[in-house]
Amino acid sequence: MKTFKIGGVHPKENKLSEKSPIKVLALPKTAIIPLSQNLGAPSNPIVNKGDKVKVGQLIAESSSFISSHIHAPVSGTIAKIDEAIDSSGYKRKSIFIDVEGDEWLENIDKSNNLISDIRFSKEEIIAKIKDAGIVGLGGATFPTHVKLMIPKGKKAECLIINGVECEPYLTSDHRLMIEKGDELMVGIQIIMKSIEVTKAYIGIENNKPDAIEHLTNLSKKYNGIEICPLKVKYPQGGEKQLIKAIIGREVPSGKLPIEVGCVVQNVGTAYAVYEAVQKNKPLIERVVTVTGKSVKNPTNLLTRIGTPVSLLLDEAGSLPDDSGKIINGGPMMGKAVNSLEIPVVKGMSGLLVMPEKESKRVAIYNCIRCAKCVSVCPMGLSPYLIAQTSEINKEEMAEIHGVMDCIECGSCSFTCPSGRPLLDNIRISKNKVGQIIRARLK
Amino acid sequence: MTNTLTVSGSPHLHGDQNVKKIMWGVVMALIPATLVSFWYFGIGALIITSVAIVSCIIFEYLIQKFILKQAPSVNDGSAVITGLLLALNVPSNLPIWMMVIGAIVAIGVAKMTFGGLGKNPLNPALVGRVFMLISFPVDMTSWPLPSVNRTVLVDALTGPTTLGVVKEGLAKGDSMSDITTKIPSYVDMFIGNMGGSLGEVSALAIILGGIYMIFRKIITWHIPVSFILTVFIFTGILYLINPNLYIDPVFHLLAGGLMLGAIFMATDMVTSPMSKTGMLIFGLGCGLLTVLIRVWGAYPEGVSFAILIMNAVVPLINKGFKPKKFGEVINNG
Repeated sequence: MKTFKIGGVHPKENKLSEKSPIKVLALPKTAIIPLSQNLGAPSNPIVNKGDKVKVGQLIAESSSFISSHIHAPVSGTIAKIDEAIDSSGYKRKSIFIDVEGDEWLENIDKSNNLISDIRFSKEEIIAKIKDAGIVGLGGATFPTHVKLMIPKGKKAECLIINGVECEPYLTSDHRLMIEKGDELMVGIQIIMKSIEVTKAYIGIENNKPDAIEHLTNLSKKYNGIEICPLKVKYPQGGEKQLIKAIIGREVPSGKLPIEVGCVVQNVGTAYAVYEAVQKNKPLIERVVTVTGKSVKNPTNLLTRIGTPVSLLLDEAGSLPDDSGKIINGGPMMGKAVNSLEIPVVKGMSGLLVMPEKESKRVAIYNCIRCAKCVSVCPMGLSPYLIAQTSEINKEEMAEIHGVMDCIECGSCSFTCPSGRPLLDNIRISKNKVGQIIRARLK
Repeated sequence: MTNTLTVSGSPHLHGDQNVKKIMWGVVMALIPATLVSFWYFGIGALIITSVAIVSCIIFEYLIQKFILKQAPSVNDGSAVITGLLLALNVPSNLPIWMMVIGAIVAIGVAKMTFGGLGKNPLNPALVGRVFMLISFPVDMTSWPLPSVNRTVLVDALTGPTTLGVVKEGLAKGDSMSDITTKIPSYVDMFIGNMGGSLGEVSALAIILGGIYMIFRKIITWHIPVSFILTVFIFTGILYLINPNLYIDPVFHLLAGGLMLGAIFMATDMVTSPMSKTGMLIFGLGCGLLTVLIRVWGAYPEGVSFAILIMNAVVPLINKGFKPKKFGEVINNG
């Protein structure tokens, strides 16, 4: 079975919510919509206090090339535009909407009818995706329309759809593949058309046999879509690892997937593309896995953007008594949050509650040079060495040792028997080296 | 719910390996070899092992507490390994005070001077052993014969190791066929029924420990295999050139400290290279030096020196043989 070649770890999968169907979560009383929900520049608000908005109405505009639109996920009155803590842990400018009813823009098709006929040209598709404010839903939140605009001189040969969901606990993509298979297939065909390719692969780890079987059956109806079962190994969902696993090509250091003729999109993104292009529905809701060992009912919730996470936790059976940490995303790459009132954002794939006893880091020992971090690094780096150069502020050394290639998957810190904060140090270094490189380019 | 949420950087999971588990795993892996030594060398082996372990723990504790003024961390198990390996590298009738000096050198000089766990460039147990070998050459190289007087402390019967027999025999000009009659059968050598340091006699027990460590992912196969294979091939070539002058390669594998060295000493994480290629080069170097010393050097045994020399080369190996980066060499055919 296919997988990527170097490094990787096997954290316990703990897919507690894989059997629970996607449930629609009730609307909140107030929705809080942060203006910074994508990688790149935050969006500019175009509504004022007191304005009435309908679901799907544009409320903040893309502010630069790498930025995205934001739409009202609920209907009601703009209460204020003020700062609120978001999933970054900092106060960021957000639009507060007091929810009144659930009134949608008229041109949005709310029905469940499958529309498989693609009537739009390549340019129209990309414009619709841009207008719908779609960003990468796997967690990186890179604006999708930018990714689909192939740079001059490059040519896409295939589309790779990321259905790997290699993070432990998370199951939102898994459920989407099972419950929205046809919509997903149409979404994939739309993306294929937009980048002019005739071949798409869906990579799925073989711990989701039901999804593999279901999509393999469906794929017979759709041209050029092939399902690739993959051996379970973290971080297979990393873009470069996934490309290596599926078509065996290695994206050169510092380059994008298009360098080897690939465009990679997450299954959640492909589904959002279907809804945007076929149903005129902007990105106003997403599936969030709410899970954790002591959570009463681990579940997958279809949630409007802007819903406070406390409501999601209530739906899963209230916050457990022994909660010590709440993570936005999976346990390997997710961010720990510092408040229960932060809202669901476009990039939130899961909400993981860790029990108190698993929330604290393990004791730190000296590095015993066991080389386990070297053998698990999926980018072939020497994490111990980069972490060391970071501790002594030798950025130039860190750069030579390839710090900018680090994908921050956390396999090194996960595996380190001495419990050393390798990734923390590497991140610090990556940040500084990034600044140095940008200064050099100026 | 607790009133505070922990906020820390990802990853929020940690694997099941930790320093203590690794160290105690190595101790577990050494148990077969230790038990074999108790069987063949009796109470002397037991005493020397206990003395070595206890002195290593005490010295590490005292140095951390009173000289370095650190929180003592002897419970990480690394001092136990150093003590145990040190004991397995000496004859069972070694005077106790010599063992204590060996422990001071191993822990005090080779390990704590450099900052303790993980900081030492050379294998502490080997430094201790070589220090004793050079300082007390007679006591370190006369060995009680196995299975004789298990309950008596200082035995009457001592003899040279099998490697010593061969080296002295060749030096005297004896023919190889005469010499081979004086060494134990390969079966005896494999299970450990021969004279030698406590832990080096039984290849079988050491290999069992090695398999356990590979299974537990404490070590990888690279260093032991490349080390042992190099010795086998090098001595094999010599044997093919002149079987009257050079003893056969199987003998070299079973005699002396090769197995113990290749599986337990050269694989010490702290003092071995980081990349897989580096490990193979390291094993190759250890093997070549071992044979050079065994065949042409002044000492009958060269494993300790070979590993120590290669330990010193590790930083260079790390520099020269880095792991291949993803996307570095483009091969997209």
